[in-house]
Amino acid sequence: MSGRWAPGPRWGVLLALLLALGELPRARGVEEEPGGAHGEAQGFQVVTFEWHHVQDPYIIALWILVASLAKIGFHLSHKVTSVVPESALLIVLGLVLGGIVLAADHIASFSLTPTVFFFYLLPPIVLDAGYFMPNRLFFGNLGTILLYAVIGTVWNAATTGLSLYGVFLSGLMGDLNIGLLDFLLFGSLIAAVDPVAVLAVFEEVHVNEVLFIIVFGESLLNDAVTVVLYNVFESFVTLGGDKVTGVDCVKGIVSFFVVSLGGTLVGIVFAFLLSLVTRFTKHVRIIEPGFVFVLSYLSYLTSEMLSLSAILAITFCGICCQKYVKANISEQSATTVRYTMKMLASGAETIIFMFLGISAVDPLIWKWNTAFVLLTLLFISVYRAIGVVLQTWILNRYRMVQLEIIDQVVMSYGGLRGAVAYALVVLLDENKVKEKNLFVSTTIIVIFFTVIFQGLTIKPLVQWLKVKRSEQRDPKLNEKLHGRAFDHILSAIEDISGQIGHNYLRDKWSNFDRKFLSKILMRRSAQKSRDRILNVFHELNLKDAISYVAEGERRGSLAFIRSPSTDNMVNVDFSTPRPSTVEASVSYLLRENVSAVRLDMQSLEQRRQSIRDAEDMITHHTLQQYLYKPRQEYKHLYSRHGLTADEDEKQDTEIFHRTMRKRLESFKSAKLGINPHKKAAKLLKRERAQKRRNSSIPNGKLPMVSSLQDFTIKEKDLELSDTEEAPNYDDEMSGGIEFLANIGQDTATDSPSGIDNPAFSLEESPGILSGVPPWLCPGEAVVPSQRARLQIPHSPGNFHRLAPFRLSGKSVDSFLLADGPEEQPHAAPPESTHM
Amino acid sequence: SPSWGLPRLGPGCLAPLLSRHPLPRRAWILSPDEEVSQASLRRLYDRFQALDRTGKGYLSRLDLQQIGALAVNPLGDRIIDSFFPDGSLRLDFPGFVRVLAHFRPVDEEEEGNRDPKEPEPLNSRMNKLRFAFQLYDLDRDGKISRHEMLQALRLMVGVQVTEEQLESIADRTVQEADEDGDGAVSFLEFAKSLEKMNIEQKMSIRILK
Repeated sequence: MSGRWAPGPRWGVLLALLLALGELPRARGVEEEPGGAHGEAQGFQVVTFEWHHVQDPYIIALWILVASLAKIGFHLSHKVTSVVPESALLIVLGLVLGGIVLAADHIASFSLTPTVFFFYLLPPIVLDAGYFMPNRLFFGNLGTILLYAVIGTVWNAATTGLSLYGVFLSGLMGDLNIGLLDFLLFGSLIAAVDPVAVLAVFEEVHVNEVLFIIVFGESLLNDAVTVVLYNVFESFVTLGGDKVTGVDCVKGIVSFFVVSLGGTLVGIVFAFLLSLVTRFTKHVRIIEPGFVFVLSYLSYLTSEMLSLSAILAITFCGICCQKYVKANISEQSATTVRYTMKMLASGAETIIFMFLGISAVDPLIWKWNTAFVLLTLLFISVYRAIGVVLQTWILNRYRMVQLEIIDQVVMSYGGLRGAVAYALVVLLDENKVKEKNLFVSTTIIVIFFTVIFQGLTIKPLVQWLKVKRSEQRDPKLNEKLHGRAFDHILSAIEDISGQIGHNYLRDKWSNFDRKFLSKILMRRSAQKSRDRILNVFHELNLKDAISYVAEGERRGSLAFIRSPSTDNMVNVDFSTPRPSTVEASVSYLLRENVSAVRLDMQSLEQRRQSIRDAEDMITHHTLQQYLYKPRQEYKHLYSRHGLTADEDEKQDTEIFHRTMRKRLESFKSAKLGINPHKKAAKLLKRERAQKRRNSSIPNGKLPMVSSLQDFTIKEKDLELSDTEEAPNYDDEMSGGIEFLANIGQDTATDSPSGIDNPAFSLEESPGILSGVPPWLCPGEAVVPSQRARLQIPHSPGNFHRLAPFRLSGKSVDSFLLADGPEEQPHAAPPESTHM
Repeated sequence: SPSWGLPRLGPGCLAPLLSRHPLPRRAWILSPDEEVSQASLRRLYDRFQALDRTGKGYLSRLDLQQIGALAVNPLGDRIIDSFFPDGSLRLDFPGFVRVLAHFRPVDEEEEGNRDPKEPEPLNSRMNKLRFAFQLYDLDRDGKISRHEMLQALRLMVGVQVTEEQLESIADRTVQEADEDGDGAVSFLEFAKSLEKMNIEQKMSIRILK
């Protein structure tokens, strides 16, 4: 344990893991002492061979190395890993290694002990699950998850145990020294769906997010039920069947609530402490990540000490602290925490599966009873399915998002059992449970069957069930583009119609959070930049805008030229000739982009027939790769092995900037007065002329007739809005100004001159303005795209692709020009004015 | 005639209720042809009120723009605009429901029993497509011009893609769907190009029953 207090948190934790594993390979009488190197002092020896001194950690390190190397090996062949889940491969590897060890030693030297599993391997996995839990989704489906976790687990345990007992009474299993309570005990430990196994397989099968969170949440939360059932029946078995009274049963039920609620409470308390501590780590950044691990681990140990549900404790510790911790700790620490957590969880998972395989190779634990094994497999599958269908039937009456047949099939079939069951069954006392070995071997069979067989087949099953959808055909460009548009439309409509329920409770909670919790648990700086990003744009009103711009003019600078990326932009020479039209042709793109565009070889193969020429291919792939992904696809829920959030954040930031810029444009154009018709027409004429001059400008930036209409309507709109909507702004205005003042204070220090108002310099402060929380944002400013760079010089009308403010020093700034409408290019791009 | 906008409702539809005050809970009565179930309506009304932060009884663009997720949706603002047809500034509850009704799942049974003389329900395949079409067709001329296609692409494609590439894609997309060779995609051509797509499923939200 001392490893935890080592200075470097990441290594400290790793070291702890290594030390912990020292107990793992109880080397039973192997490893002869090499020579008498450790004998009596024979004077000073230059080199000594001290194997026994390093033996335990050395073996552990070797095992970890083997497991990691195996992982590399698996992924050498993409084909294998895409078909066979990694967990299954690891088990098989474990079996092989176990066989080798057995052949060499004639005794099974290594096995997974419950102590190691519960104290050192399980916590990182569960903490990781909690810390990266998609909270919104989790709490949105909490009712469903709880029902499956509690009722479902009890149902599975009871029916499996009782049915096995029934069959036993019929004499089919032969002669076993076993009673009803033993069967129930076995049922309770085999009933629970395992978080490790479920995640390992589900991560590779792409199911919808609701289904994922339900199965995943269930596997985490059913721990409390498992622990209680296990403890209750174990103590009943110890007592002996005839001495169990009604009072004991009531006590059992009470203990369920105590164990689960108590565990949750411990987790929440530690999450609170953890959040509070990270609030004050400003000066000890280097050990910041350590707190996250140590305090979460303490929550696990504490609830274990109080015989509460440790898994629940550490899960809820992760769930509750994530928001505040992420806001409080520095960017680097957050990254460290993320990677360390993933590394530990992924490593622990690897070791667990490998040792499950190794543990199975031990002739001492095997006791075979065909009827018992087969019936157990049958019962757990059948009763799981029945339980799921029954519960779903009830749930669907209350749920807004219905669980459909296919979901139920996946849920039933995805009920994998894993290492928790194994560790529990190994914990049984052989003196009390006479048929322990039968239970152990059956459990191993069940685990192997579910992980390997169901794990292998679940992916084809899902695909087969969705067979309707998988009509193999090359989508046309239109289908690709519009299909993606439909996805975006749908998610927007979902957001507008508030698809995910529980709004009332969530609103209450977020109020409470903002008013109290965040004040206590978050750093001041983190509190400020939260939430109000969107509001500030709307609360800006005319006066704000004008006064800020005017102020900026007075000072002669808007501090626009601060970030290095803007320098490039400001210095753009407007006379630079466009890249020649030859270069712009598709064949040029072809040459230029083949390396840049990552070609998906498989779809290439499929499409080879239908593609007319290479240019088409490029078009398809460009679309394929660069179309913004719809939410369902890119908001990956949780992945133990992947950290790909950056891409998503980038997309969010990009779109967010775009949207905000356009809204600001149309806001300004609405507030700062409108082009009279004549001016609009003149503008159009000029634009047309310009276009004629520069024929390489793409097909005009404005449709002629429509934009005229746009302006007319715009004017009408404004009359209305001025009379009716203006009063609203007065109330909200103060809020906006206050916010701006805060921001100004925060950042004023590093920009002595000029105004540093995020609303006016969009691109310069991505951290504050992006849709993602600022603490997750990469530090550097968003680099303008190639396209944006190319565009600016030639068509000022296109400034919506770029922040106008950048250019203000040189030439066209819509803000400044708004005062002199003569010069103003149409203030809002057509697409933002009207549909 | 400009039939591309949102289809008009029959005589039994809701009277527009433009009250300055929050509507009392049951003030609006729905006729049977309003298609959306009572339970969903109640939920949507709650949602409507939650979006209407100042309790003015209608929604403005601003209210919808406050929804954070829309700001990171490339088509977010266009969809907001489609809630405000013909340049109106207020969205009352019936209008809100009318737009959302497009996304009701298609009930096959109901579809089979429908009297062919009746106007198509809002959630029919064609109306779903029409809703999507008018997001592209900014100038409401019943055609998606090359320029409009380009604008839509600009919204939906990441900044890594150059303008030239975008133009090339826009050209190809229009060409692919354009059958009469007028350099633009009419609604019929639009529908035809997507005929193999399961629009009914793709453009439906399960809860809007």
